[in-house]
Amino acid sequence: MPKYALYPGCAAQGATPELYQSTMAIIGRLNIEVVELKAAACCGAGVVTEANPETALALNARTFAQAEQLGLDVMTICGTCQGVMGAANQRLKQEPGLLERINRLLAPEGLAYRGTVQVKHLLWIIVRDIGLHELRRHIRVPFKDFRVAPFYGCYILRPSWDVGFEDPENPSSLEKVIQAVGGDSISYAGRTKCCGFPIILEKEQIAVTMAGANMKEAKEGGADFMVTPCPLCHMSLDIYQERAGKAIGARLDLPILHLPQLIGLAMGIPTKELGLSRHLIPVDSILKRMEKQGAPVHESH
Amino acid sequence: MRLAFLIQRFNPEVDSHSSTRRYHLDVGRGTTVLDALIRIKNEHDGSLALRYSCRSAICGSCAMEINGSEKLACRTSVRREWERHGMVTVAPLRNLPVIKDLTVDMSSFWGKIRDVTPWLTSAPQNAGRPDIAQRSPSPASSHFHNVDACIMCAACVAACTVHEVSKEFAGPAALAKADRFLEDHREPIEAKRHRLTVLEQEHGIWDCTRCNFCVEVCPKDVKPMEAIIRLRRSALAAGLTATGGARHITGFAELVRRHGRLNEALMPLKILGFNLRRLFTVLPLGLAMARKGKVPNPFAAAIPGAARIRDIFAASRRHPGAP
Repeated sequence: MPKYALYPGCAAQGATPELYQSTMAIIGRLNIEVVELKAAACCGAGVVTEANPETALALNARTFAQAEQLGLDVMTICGTCQGVMGAANQRLKQEPGLLERINRLLAPEGLAYRGTVQVKHLLWIIVRDIGLHELRRHIRVPFKDFRVAPFYGCYILRPSWDVGFEDPENPSSLEKVIQAVGGDSISYAGRTKCCGFPIILEKEQIAVTMAGANMKEAKEGGADFMVTPCPLCHMSLDIYQERAGKAIGARLDLPILHLPQLIGLAMGIPTKELGLSRHLIPVDSILKRMEKQGAPVHESH
Repeated sequence: MRLAFLIQRFNPEVDSHSSTRRYHLDVGRGTTVLDALIRIKNEHDGSLALRYSCRSAICGSCAMEINGSEKLACRTSVRREWERHGMVTVAPLRNLPVIKDLTVDMSSFWGKIRDVTPWLTSAPQNAGRPDIAQRSPSPASSHFHNVDACIMCAACVAACTVHEVSKEFAGPAALAKADRFLEDHREPIEAKRHRLTVLEQEHGIWDCTRCNFCVEVCPKDVKPMEAIIRLRRSALAAGLTATGGARHITGFAELVRRHGRLNEALMPLKILGFNLRRLFTVLPLGLAMARKGKVPNPFAAAIPGAARIRDIFAASRRHPGAP
């Protein structure tokens, strides 16, 4: 049974609690064991490094040291955490002298990172460690005849030399999962673009136009809904969707699922356990169609 | 190997919109996309317009969109594109006006480079005394984080997701160029401060979402986004902390310092400040989120061991600068 040190990240413990909920709902059923890193700090989200790069590296080295003590690799469930932590881990492992210098900041806590941990997103764990064949075995309610738009976001793909999981020009991990749960993935250029979230509070118009353009393209490509491995993308695409629609002059009505919600629904997990009622854009259209196709009746919410 | 090339064509004198045309060509192992385009022009259709010069990734003229990404045609292998994508599509750089076929109008690009004053300046009070700025560079500043490697090909600008929706954005190439002057020890501190007061304004350093597209596509490893991040650090260090972007950084870092992690409930206040009009614009979303249980407790407890996080912040603050 594969076992990881779960790093939920701030968003899954904050404004997207349904991501944490749905992750917990699927991992046990997929025979993934986790130990949650409850004392881990924020990864810095690419923001703390702008204030002080050394602080950001130290926060992440501290998390890696905690996982190392458990003898486990880190599992992230956030595309942004994955990008930031993966890049920090690369630097700590590769830059001569850096690990020693950063470890000095961890010393008062009695921690030291030796550089033996890997950081893996849930998406990668499912595709590579668990395997799509194994995932298919758990599917009870396939997304038959659903057209699903994958939305990767930035940090899980770029820069490719720091991320290293798949070709950022032609990624396929989300598409493979969509197919494994019985759906058809649609192809559109926006799937690897930016959701705008990092500047959404201070530059809302730019950010929501970016999000809106990507959703419009997905919609025009025939998408019934979108799925993303990043909760920051989810906030931009779901919470700000109405404003994004206004910014680009289009009616979007596009439900956005977190990756574990997509998998959980196809596994037949009750919707309550997946936190689907917490979205601002309702997902009822998906649930109704699945029921019509003979899926067990989902609890209404 | 006989391959099909799908090339976007557009002649403003006769076409109302662009179209894709297919050309077949026998190509060898080492053929580049530029080799193929020149052959298509010579052997199939002399009207194909493209821009190129050095053919060896030095002049920056032949940047175009190849299989959906910005690349220099002269150093892109046809074979590798075929293996990677199963096809070879060629289009002009995105988000710049097309003159004809694969050539784009670069005037907005050059205008933005000019706008960042890409030459050494003296402090305002020393204007007209260029001798004051002419001090020799210190050895540490001689390579400018590789920003000087830029060949002005505009791949980064075409790929920039902010530029795509906001054409006024200064963009990655020009901002990287600006960073090069911030790093130049010959320029007096007052002149640098003046640069930063211009750069922190609308459409400047705070518009970047850190999407990493510019870093990914740059053929010369300039990493423009890293340059923008250095500019942001310089702005904060110069005390330019009033913009929403600057407040985002300082507010975020302060929340993590105090609680060990971010609390989204407090971010609008940190970024927008006690500005009632601006807070009012996010209020409806806050209420909608609250109804769905998406607003975290603003008084949530800090993570276990948060005092250690404060120690890390304090200790790393004593050693400022990039590690």
